[in-house]
Amino acid sequence: MFKKILIANRGEIAVRVLRACHEMGIVAVVVYSDVDRAALHVRKADEAYPIGPAAASESYLNISKILDVARRSGADAIHPGYGFLSENAKFAQACADAGVKFIGPTAAAMNAMGSKTRARQAMEKAGVPFVPGTSRGLESFVEARQVAERIGYPVMLKAAAGGGGKGMRLVQTPEELKSSLEAARSEAERSFGDSEVYIEKAIINPRHVEMQVLADEHGNTVYLGERECSLQRRHQKVMEEAPSPVVDPEMRRRMGEVAVRVAQAAEYTNAGTVEFLVDQQKNFYFLEMNTRLQVEHPVTELITGLDLVHLQIRIAAGEKLPFAQKDVHIRGHAIECRIYAEDPDNNYFPSPGKITLLLAPSGPGIRRDSGMYEGWTVPIDYDPLLAKLIGYGTDRDQAISRLTRALSEYFVGGIKTNISLFRRILRDPDFRAAKLDTGFLDRMLKRSEDKAVDAKAAEVAAIAAGLFAEISASTAGASNDEGGRGTISEFSSHWKSASRREALR
Amino acid sequence: MLYDVTIDGKNYRLDLNRAEGRWHCRLNGQELEVDAVLTRKDVLSLRIGNLAYEVKLERVGNDLHLWVGSTRFAAEVRDPRSLRSRIRAGDDHGPKKIVAPMPGKVVRLLVRDGDKVEQGAGVAVVEAMKMQNEIKSPKKGSVQKILVTEGAAVNAGDVLAIIE
Repeated sequence: MFKKILIANRGEIAVRVLRACHEMGIVAVVVYSDVDRAALHVRKADEAYPIGPAAASESYLNISKILDVARRSGADAIHPGYGFLSENAKFAQACADAGVKFIGPTAAAMNAMGSKTRARQAMEKAGVPFVPGTSRGLESFVEARQVAERIGYPVMLKAAAGGGGKGMRLVQTPEELKSSLEAARSEAERSFGDSEVYIEKAIINPRHVEMQVLADEHGNTVYLGERECSLQRRHQKVMEEAPSPVVDPEMRRRMGEVAVRVAQAAEYTNAGTVEFLVDQQKNFYFLEMNTRLQVEHPVTELITGLDLVHLQIRIAAGEKLPFAQKDVHIRGHAIECRIYAEDPDNNYFPSPGKITLLLAPSGPGIRRDSGMYEGWTVPIDYDPLLAKLIGYGTDRDQAISRLTRALSEYFVGGIKTNISLFRRILRDPDFRAAKLDTGFLDRMLKRSEDKAVDAKAAEVAAIAAGLFAEISASTAGASNDEGGRGTISEFSSHWKSASRREALR
Repeated sequence: MLYDVTIDGKNYRLDLNRAEGRWHCRLNGQELEVDAVLTRKDVLSLRIGNLAYEVKLERVGNDLHLWVGSTRFAAEVRDPRSLRSRIRAGDDHGPKKIVAPMPGKVVRLLVRDGDKVEQGAGVAVVEAMKMQNEIKSPKKGSVQKILVTEGAAVNAGDVLAIIE
């Protein structure tokens, strides 16, 4: 087993991997950029190394800097988390060349999945169903136009190096193709340093269902059940659940077996996810394979009872899978909310800034994987994911009710978050009936919220608003340099715990 | 102390007076006994009669929201004796400032000084957390002044442009 693992990431996933290291008695080394010195993953680490400026390209994406830290710290393995270098074959290869184990698939397996042509032929032979489109990057606008004509509009443009919805565009008509192609390319270049974009027929209102696979380095590959990831906004997943409400045991077996064939066709090792689009007749099409640990892996952990990060590390250390397919059982239901620093009143714009107050939920069936803490300033430079809140129950209804309860306990002050969005989703009759597709959230957000007006709660809010103003007035009074009293927010936070309790009592 | 409070667009007149550790509260004419404990900054535990509530104050910039249990309300509080707040409350006309809703970087300006803009037209693009966000004009008018340049770093609340 490894003695020391370098975690080449930040945020909640760095903390997640760090915890697994500590559980397994492995020393955890982290890296951080200039704006992340006070980040949670640095606080919790055993060793921490600065790797340069905030811009990811000069820090978290910089292969030579990270390998240099691996060398200096004496780490024998690197866990890349998700995003950043996690799906970068050059990085996986550079690790191998430097004699450090990359906790993930080989560069060859990544390349097979990344470049697609050969792997696709192998997979087509293995009976993997595909959505019509190109299997390689588009050479030119002319080629894009020809392919789009052939497969028919609407079409989807996707970054070859992509993930997380970046560099992705839905094109409804030929007129939009040129500008969409340019936008997808420049976004792909910015996000991944690679402007390669391919094209596919768009399936309207599909479900997005993905299958977790795990393969050891001795030829054993298993599937660990699916996740329903249809709740997306701008192609970015917002909420995931496992199992999928539409997948029955028979469909799970078929999808799982396809996923295993996909992995085997690429000689895949370690944890990976095979994504499928599911149409309204429950046909499923292979979309892509994510050659990394997914953000939403906790829902699979909760329903299988397995720890995917532990297993990733054990597989990378050369161990055999400690169980067989027949030993994998799905039990209960889990739903994950991605808590983003976003303003729900302002079209979900990012809302970085200082977290002045943090009240975190706990209790039965609740798991919280978080990268934030009270007093921390969320930097403007990275993805707005702050934390993941996962509810687990015997069945879907119980998972929903536990999550609803936990969300009412969750409060983040100082910045805006999308916590209120989840409450709305969890109440939605279509969500409760599991009528989901990838357009669900955008449609829900277009409808104005039918707020069941709770007159009593509004009165309580009115009284509390006045009380907060009183507190502000009495605590700010001594140093009040404002001429008149306006709104509460005009009073800066000169809070003194003694005086504020005095003021109320 | 007398307050005009607006909760999700509905107005309340609230009179709060403290006596012997309790708050005597009159809300739209209705008398209520309120027992309040500030359990920590921005978190109030309230008892109104024997009904118990936890109320949290969310403040970001000048926006106030109150959470009662898990319901979120937009809140405004005015002291009716304050001249300033009365003037501000009636401020619907005249030049409008467009402010950055979050810290970030101005990647593009979409208008120039003197341009005519429609309500909802894009004025600038600000990038934060890998997302490009178009900042829109709150009203129809013309661009009186642009106050930032492309590439500039801005904080939440910084004025980007003025529309008149």
